[in-house]
Amino acid sequence: MCFYRGSMNDGFPPTLEVQGRPSFFRGKHAGMTQDGVRRPTLTTMRKIREFLIEKIILLDGFACILFVLLIFFFLAKDGLALFKTFSLAGFFFGTLWNPLAEPPQFGIVPLLLGSLWVTLGATIISVPLGLACAIFIGEIAPRWLREILKAGVELLAAIPSIVIGFIGMTMLAPVVKIIFHLPTGLTALSGSIALAFMAIPTIVSIMEDAITAVPRNYKEGSLALGATHWQTIYRVIIPAASSGIVASIMLGIGRVIGETMAVMMITGNASVIPKSIFEPVRTMTATIAAEMGETVRGSEHYFSLFAVGLVLFAITFAINFVADMALHRKRK
Amino acid sequence: MNTPTPISAQQDGGSASLLGGLPHQGGGRNEDLTRFTDKIVVENLSIHYGSVEALKNVSFSVKNHEILGVIGPANSGKTSFLRAMNRLNDLEIATHTEGSIYLNGKDINREMDAEEVRKKVTMVFALPLPLPMSIFDNIAYGPRRHGTKDKKKLAEIVEKSLKAAFLWDEVKDRLSSSAMKLSGGQQQRLCIARTLAVEPEVILYDEPCSGLDPISTARVEEAMFELKSRYTQILVTNNVKQAARVGDRVAFFLMGELVEIDTADKLFTAPKDKRTDDYITGRFG
Ligand SMILES: Nc1ncnc2c1ncn2[C@@H]1O[C@H](COP(=O)(O)OP(=O)(O)O)[C@@H](O)[C@H]1O
Ligand SMILES: [Mg+2]
Repeated sequence: MCFYRGSMNDGFPPTLEVQGRPSFFRGKHAGMTQDGVRRPTLTTMRKIREFLIEKIILLDGFACILFVLLIFFFLAKDGLALFKTFSLAGFFFGTLWNPLAEPPQFGIVPLLLGSLWVTLGATIISVPLGLACAIFIGEIAPRWLREILKAGVELLAAIPSIVIGFIGMTMLAPVVKIIFHLPTGLTALSGSIALAFMAIPTIVSIMEDAITAVPRNYKEGSLALGATHWQTIYRVIIPAASSGIVASIMLGIGRVIGETMAVMMITGNASVIPKSIFEPVRTMTATIAAEMGETVRGSEHYFSLFAVGLVLFAITFAINFVADMALHRKRK
Repeated sequence: MNTPTPISAQQDGGSASLLGGLPHQGGGRNEDLTRFTDKIVVENLSIHYGSVEALKNVSFSVKNHEILGVIGPANSGKTSFLRAMNRLNDLEIATHTEGSIYLNGKDINREMDAEEVRKKVTMVFALPLPLPMSIFDNIAYGPRRHGTKDKKKLAEIVEKSLKAAFLWDEVKDRLSSSAMKLSGGQQQRLCIARTLAVEPEVILYDEPCSGLDPISTARVEEAMFELKSRYTQILVTNNVKQAARVGDRVAFFLMGELVEIDTADKLFTAPKDKRTDDYITGRFG
């Protein structure tokens, strides 16, 4: 789209070229009328280049959409195959996930609840922390500290999830076990804490962008009326940045719900319906990752994992969609 | 140089309540008693942004209830001066300010909180930008932050402020709609109204009409005249004619220097400094 602008120059000779090749543009002397009926070769070349770049970018854009559609298509094809042999209600309302039982049980409820608990916990931990961090970076920290903190947040984002899982398993889980007197530290809570640290970088960086993008005049207008800095942050800056803040939270959640490795290591992997956040759970992602290797291609179990993947896809798609709506709401 | 004249703060603080229905200044002329006392005294004020010297050792005073016009070409330090007056310059990291500004005899940088200064000395910006909320909430924003919770009282403040800024009739039926939907001139008057709502003593205007059409400009000027009996006003303008129309006294800034300050009549008819003459006759700037 942006590249289209290039051709708007056509109406008048670009100044740069006037300097570079004066002979072309000496007005009437070069046989050129001011409104430029004839184009010199240079501009023609440029037009071709513009055209090509535009088309290549267009293709790239379509390719992305095509990939998403293809992924969705294959996921749906194998996922829906489950329902030829297993009932839809049994899948969505079944409270038992036990593919090895006789007959096998593919109730998604425990997995869904597992994902829900972990995600909810991670959201409750990461949103206040992320918001506080973003406000501090965007509004309060002096410039030198701001740069250090932003680098720190980026570094946090760069930690591989397996490393977080590893640390969570060896350091966090034992602490959780001792503090809450639990039989095992590998619980939904431990998973939530570890995942919160993976969501925080996403949340902070997008939120901080939203906060610094609030027009300076809003801030000064509020301060000039005698409001304190905190009143200004709370009453003007956060509301004005609200769409970005919502989007950042949604994307953080999206990150958490799709996470696999760390969750698999920390949450205990028990596919039972959890009664509290202090119990081991098993998420949808962990189930797919753990069981895919042992299924026979084309079996009912195999299809059931695709069906779980389809549900996961639908959830993340919905979350991203909401985030997108939030981001674009204000611009309309 | 100038010794700050400690004018009776209690009289002034009290009389600022425009919302109380003009207690004792409206009809009576006791306004004249305070008329020529110094509201603001600026002493040896210098402002630096890093290596740029935006204001060079400026000293003068602003009289109670006058409109001081400030003119001068771009980059002569007018905005910097205004922002120093209500301590918005505190927000700039690289500024360095020397000298003192006294409000009612009190040093605003050393004897007052920034919030206290900004409540008494409010500012109307060049680009009128209402806060992203309803018309009502925009006006009520200041009073709410200063602790007014009562709905009836807020409604009263909103009405009085809007009336004082000549905006009431145009918006009274849509107070709950977004302030962003108003026209430019209306937004500027809304910004004036919202500053009135905090019951300030001094109002600073930074080129308030630069983006407005002549009719809106006239209405803003009208509002300023109307507010004269209650507030001290400083109007920075790039429009020399506007300074002549509105200002009691006019100050001419050039490259960070205060070249001349005098009554509007004298400054425009018989300027003492050649540079002033050049500027007002349009020979530069
Ligand atoms: N925030 C700032 N940071 C750095 N330099 C500034 C800043 N604000 C103003 N200046 C500089 O200070 C000088 C005076 O600017 P300003 O007070 O805005 O003048 P005016 O309002 O008369 O145009 C200019 O040279 C300007 O570049
Ligand atoms: Mg300016």
